[in-house]
Amino acid sequence: MRALGIILAGGNSSRMGRLTDSRAIAAMPVAGSYRCIDFALSNMTNSSIQRVAVLTQYNARSLNEHLMSAKWWNFGRKHGGLFIFTPTETSRNASWYRGTADAISQNLDWLKQCHEPYVVIASGDGVYKLDYNEVLQYHIRKNADITLVCTDAGKEAHRFGVVTMNADGRVTDFQEKPLEAESSIVSIGVYVVRRHLLIELLEEADRENRFDFVNDILIRYRKHKKIYGYFMDSYWRNISTVESYYETNMDFLKPSVRRLFLDEYPKITSRVDDFPPAKYNRNCSVRNSLISDGCILNGTVENSVLFRDVYVGDNCIIRNSVIMNGVYIGDNSVIENCIVESRGTIAPDSRYIGENETEVIVEKNNRYEYF
Amino acid sequence: MIKKEMIAMLLAGGQGSRLGVLTAKVAKPAVAFGGKYRIIDFPLSNCVNSGIDTVGVLTQYQPLKLNTHIGIGIPWDLDRNEGGVTILPPYESNSSSEWYSGTANAIYQNMDYMENYHPEYVLILSGDHIYKMDYQMMLDFHKANRAEVTVSCMQVPMEEASRFGIMIADEQGKITDFEEKPEHPRSNLASMGIYIFSWSALKEALTALKDQPGCDFGKHVLPYCREKGKRLFAYEFSGYWKDVGTLQSYWEANMEMVDILPKFNLYEEFWRFYTNADTIRPQFISADAEVKGSIVSNGAEISGTVQDSVLGANVRVGRGSVITRSIIMQGTVIGENCRIDKAIIGEDAVIGDGVTLGLTGEAPNTVHPNIYGWGLTVLGDKTLIPGNVSIGVNSAVSGITGPGDYRDGRLDAGSYLVREVTL
Repeated sequence: MRALGIILAGGNSSRMGRLTDSRAIAAMPVAGSYRCIDFALSNMTNSSIQRVAVLTQYNARSLNEHLMSAKWWNFGRKHGGLFIFTPTETSRNASWYRGTADAISQNLDWLKQCHEPYVVIASGDGVYKLDYNEVLQYHIRKNADITLVCTDAGKEAHRFGVVTMNADGRVTDFQEKPLEAESSIVSIGVYVVRRHLLIELLEEADRENRFDFVNDILIRYRKHKKIYGYFMDSYWRNISTVESYYETNMDFLKPSVRRLFLDEYPKITSRVDDFPPAKYNRNCSVRNSLISDGCILNGTVENSVLFRDVYVGDNCIIRNSVIMNGVYIGDNSVIENCIVESRGTIAPDSRYIGENETEVIVEKNNRYEYF
Repeated sequence: MIKKEMIAMLLAGGQGSRLGVLTAKVAKPAVAFGGKYRIIDFPLSNCVNSGIDTVGVLTQYQPLKLNTHIGIGIPWDLDRNEGGVTILPPYESNSSSEWYSGTANAIYQNMDYMENYHPEYVLILSGDHIYKMDYQMMLDFHKANRAEVTVSCMQVPMEEASRFGIMIADEQGKITDFEEKPEHPRSNLASMGIYIFSWSALKEALTALKDQPGCDFGKHVLPYCREKGKRLFAYEFSGYWKDVGTLQSYWEANMEMVDILPKFNLYEEFWRFYTNADTIRPQFISADAEVKGSIVSNGAEISGTVQDSVLGANVRVGRGSVITRSIIMQGTVIGENCRIDKAIIGEDAVIGDGVTLGLTGEAPNTVHPNIYGWGLTVLGDKTLIPGNVSIGVNSAVSGITGPGDYRDGRLDAGSYLVREVTL
């Protein structure tokens, strides 16, 4: 692959509520065994990109833990590999990443040292599967300056950057989160650009104190540069709200989504944990649910996603819920329409029911009292 | 110079012929156990958990699966700059080229490997037991007694003692005598095949016995050490230890894993077992499924009923199928409306729709009654069973079978059907 990868994983969204109190969005657990960033990272490694920088800022430690070893994504190489760039103070700069463009600008030295002719930029909060080689080939075929990947977001389009393209695929207009979307085609935050051009654009933006990739590069240059849209029609979700997080996890209960991500080659990879197989005890009842290793199940689990190492006590009822890793649920508890934060301890006889919207439960009881 | 206090030598070259078709293409240590694991994961994880970071794995019989499983040792954190895991197959030298003819001979042939690490102690392990053991505690015992050889032992029922190497020890644990599979055992202290040798004693014994055909630890090395007046001690171990050398013991040990509080608990946080599980994806239990009293590994998709069973990674169970008291190894696909009881199904097998395994007949196996029995039905790796056939108990089937192999859609109890060609 003639491209290097940059994953933007430093952002937060206020609409994630308590879920991002102590972790980055890119570190959100997804589909039982994965973290959000695994999708972008796996796409990179599966596209044979051998040099990847992950730019972190908000709650960076949660990501650092996940990315502690690069070997799980096949990046533990002598040449290239995985680089993690968190803002640092330098003689020229003492600010945080002030935006997506600034985040890359602050690491321009690295970008200049690389030798790959192209750069693939991806955000760390998307759940999708894409061969970036296809995008790169399209980019070269169209003789484009910047190619952005877009998809049809339907009614949700106004939450994203809405793209208008001509018949050739050239982007004629780009509106970030418009009040009313003119089309349902949105940018998914994946860009291909020649490395030298990117350096040029970033240096220009930096001189003008402009820091945002979308506003200050894509929108600003949309008439001057040839920006093309590559249309992706397979599954894509962006995790930026509690609801979208919940829905994305629930989507994995659908056979088509499981087939795309879990069965079809190439695989999505993640850090390996050493939990034993899931254990279904004699009085449990599990239906239409995703279960991960290390779980011990006694009660009823329906239409739910359980991450690793979850304990469900006797006579519990778990319905339509996402239970993150390491949660202990005491006997006789009822949990419906909820997201339970990881490593939480739910006291016995608890009752949590999300009435109109998904409820986020953060319970840090001392579980050893309940044994 | 590299210096390691203790290194481990793990004997993993045995066939384990009493596991029948399960070991047709893989060595016994590579046979799946407990869903996601292979038997060798247990001693290997014990090594790592005991702080031993240098392990030589001696292979001989069908090593491919072991080699790919162990790789450079990443899952056990044995990818080290110094030491780590090394696979040691038999090799040719300019004076001889011989297979490993016995347990001690295999170790002798790897003297150079051990010398590299200048060990003070060498731990000898076999790759076919299921147990949790802190070898460091055994080493403490070895040092405290200024022993030259320490044999790990456990109490077995007196009536079973004649199947083992039996140690006769005094109150301090000093071994005064021992007998290999005695008809009338004088003690019930059975050797577990785990030894710690002080390096000088091991080197001396192996060198002196180098021309001994089939040189074996129990039969030759221990007697040599006793004759030479070495200090031999028995280290008594009282935890869970299971030899899974027969299909019955293999099946029973797996079945114990599904108990509410298993005797052998995989779920303890501070003595984890590690394995090369390339499957990360979670498992899916469909709306039609029922899973009870079972352990299920990653990547499984279950639409049928599974009870009292152990399922490996990526197993598929079709709608309407009912599986009870069975071991299904990784990658196996079971069709719809099957009825499977007390079966052991190898890896990557394909079972057609409407198949019945077990449940019928009671005849002993016609070819290998001493291997197949106990009401178990055993299917080898990559076996294909066509739809709508029934296979009786005490049978063994392996390879690609077609409807023509089943008269009236039936294979009677005690059948032995092994085809060379597999999926």
